[in-house]
Amino acid sequence: MTAYIIRRLIIGVIILLLVTMVVFLFVRLLPGDPLLVYMAGFDIQRQTSISQENYEALLHIWGLDEPIPLQYVKWLGKLFQGDLGKSITLQEDIGTLIAQRMPRTAYIGLITFVLGTVGGVAAGIVCALRRGTWMDNTITTIANIGMTVPVFWFGILLMYLFAYKLGWLPTSGWTNPLDDFWMSCKQLIMPIASVILGGIAGMARLTRSCMLEVMRADYVRTAWAKGLRERVIVVRHQIKNAMIPVVTALGGALGAILGGSVFIETVFAIPGMGLLMTNAVFDQDYQVVQAGVLLFGGIIIFSNLLVDILWGWLDPRIRLA
Amino acid sequence: MADDKETGAQPADALGAAVAPPKANEFKRVVRVFFGRKLYVIGFVIVVILILTAIFAPFIATHDPYSTNLSEKLEQPSSRHWLGTDSTGRDTFSRIIYGSQISLLIGFSAVSASAIVGLLMGLAAAYFGGWVFAIIMRFTDALMALPGIILVLLIAGLAGGGIPVVIFALGFGGIAGQCRMMCGLALSVKQNDYVLAGRAMGMSSWRMMLTQIFPNAFPPLMVGITMGIGGVVLGEAGLSFLGIGVMPPTPSWGGMVNNGQRYLLHNPWLSIAPGVAIMLLVFGFNMVGDGIRDAVDPKLRGVI
Repeated sequence: MTAYIIRRLIIGVIILLLVTMVVFLFVRLLPGDPLLVYMAGFDIQRQTSISQENYEALLHIWGLDEPIPLQYVKWLGKLFQGDLGKSITLQEDIGTLIAQRMPRTAYIGLITFVLGTVGGVAAGIVCALRRGTWMDNTITTIANIGMTVPVFWFGILLMYLFAYKLGWLPTSGWTNPLDDFWMSCKQLIMPIASVILGGIAGMARLTRSCMLEVMRADYVRTAWAKGLRERVIVVRHQIKNAMIPVVTALGGALGAILGGSVFIETVFAIPGMGLLMTNAVFDQDYQVVQAGVLLFGGIIIFSNLLVDILWGWLDPRIRLA
Repeated sequence: MADDKETGAQPADALGAAVAPPKANEFKRVVRVFFGRKLYVIGFVIVVILILTAIFAPFIATHDPYSTNLSEKLEQPSSRHWLGTDSTGRDTFSRIIYGSQISLLIGFSAVSASAIVGLLMGLAAAYFGGWVFAIIMRFTDALMALPGIILVLLIAGLAGGGIPVVIFALGFGGIAGQCRMMCGLALSVKQNDYVLAGRAMGMSSWRMMLTQIFPNAFPPLMVGITMGIGGVVLGEAGLSFLGIGVMPPTPSWGGMVNNGQRYLLHNPWLSIAPGVAIMLLVFGFNMVGDGIRDAVDPKLRGVI
């Protein structure tokens, strides 16, 4: 078991390093220059323009005149010391920016993740057990449609219905749940509902098909033949085995939630990581983009690692394969 | 495929049997299974209608999608403007019709691009194994560790948007998935006797991959490609919604949802109608993908 964990950990670190390289290369090699964007904003404020000399001085200050491999090594070195660098556009320490914004995205993401997983798995199990009934047909149809709904569009639709037409919920914004819990809940209903739809739909479809596959397995037939009670067969034999691919898919579900934060934070004006990243991409703010992508990638790699270790512990077939 | 006995007895035919198109009755069976379920037929009809809409857009659209008319801006739906007009007086219905061209163009090109690159990488990984396999798999691991939209956002945003950039970004984003799938398929096909026979005949690696392994892994690949289109169209819509995808004034459904958001209170159709179009397209391709999978993959038949 220890050897398995160590092997997984090493692979995780290698992948994370590869992610940093891929992101770093992309950010440097694609056209676009954060200093030009920064200077354009500066020019408009001060009504003056920045000369070529100043531009080169800025390049030097930000270390962008050095060869890319050297920049990468320096960046990685600082990363290990916990220094994520400074935002060029916002002129702020990125560590501080993330510490401000990540808790909001994480709070919304965690609620979505828990509700989406529980709801999706429950719906999938019900569908599989009541296969072919009106309940199965209804849930499957909704799931098929739910998978096709664009997050941002669903958010706008909800906003139109519940904020503009019915006036039940505030249109957008963010309140700290510690300051005003009730307001915060009201503001989060629509953002969470818009990301969760696709998650529940995907999870329900996956659970349903895994359950149906397991139902035809030999050991389930044996369990019936032994005369076990239905409840025991469903819970101990079917659900337990059907959950293996479902749990493996959780990493992907988390990725979809983090990706969805980009849209809901734009639609509902929530100042979290998603909005920070979108604005950073617009402003070509290299350092923020790198840090954000690294953070999201790290979260997903870490949760996949956790799932791997958990399953290696629960199911020897996976550990020894 | 031919019986094992036949292939073993006449190795000369092995090549022909593998390359030959499926027998006519196999094709008929696939068609019968596919059209046996209402949902798949609905999906198929939606896809056909959308493709026809894209081809015959100039005949269907009631107005020029680019012509602005400030005296008719933000009109409600009427007999003249079926879905109303936007903030510069452009006809929403006509823009949605022309938007189908953009969505399908980007969908097909991005998926084809990622399928071709992913396919070659997957085949190489499965066939050569060893360190080639390890490098390619770790590369796909790294790409898959990022939420799809974040990777695409990064590429498209930094490269500055526009249709070619969107195709490149979404195509690149899809490589890892296609590569994984192809690799898995090729690994299982590789176990077959006819691959061994080919090697005994002294076929070169690439010839073997393209004439023996690829055709046998092709049907499941078709499913992946069909399903991929829905995802790419959603991705394009998302990028255009954020303002870093297809650039205005080109009609793009995602961009139209974004433009309409400001006028949501009085002109909800500006945002809602293009979203419905996106859903129809994605739903159609997802269902066709599901249908093809059910029809070609006997293992999954009757399960989903």
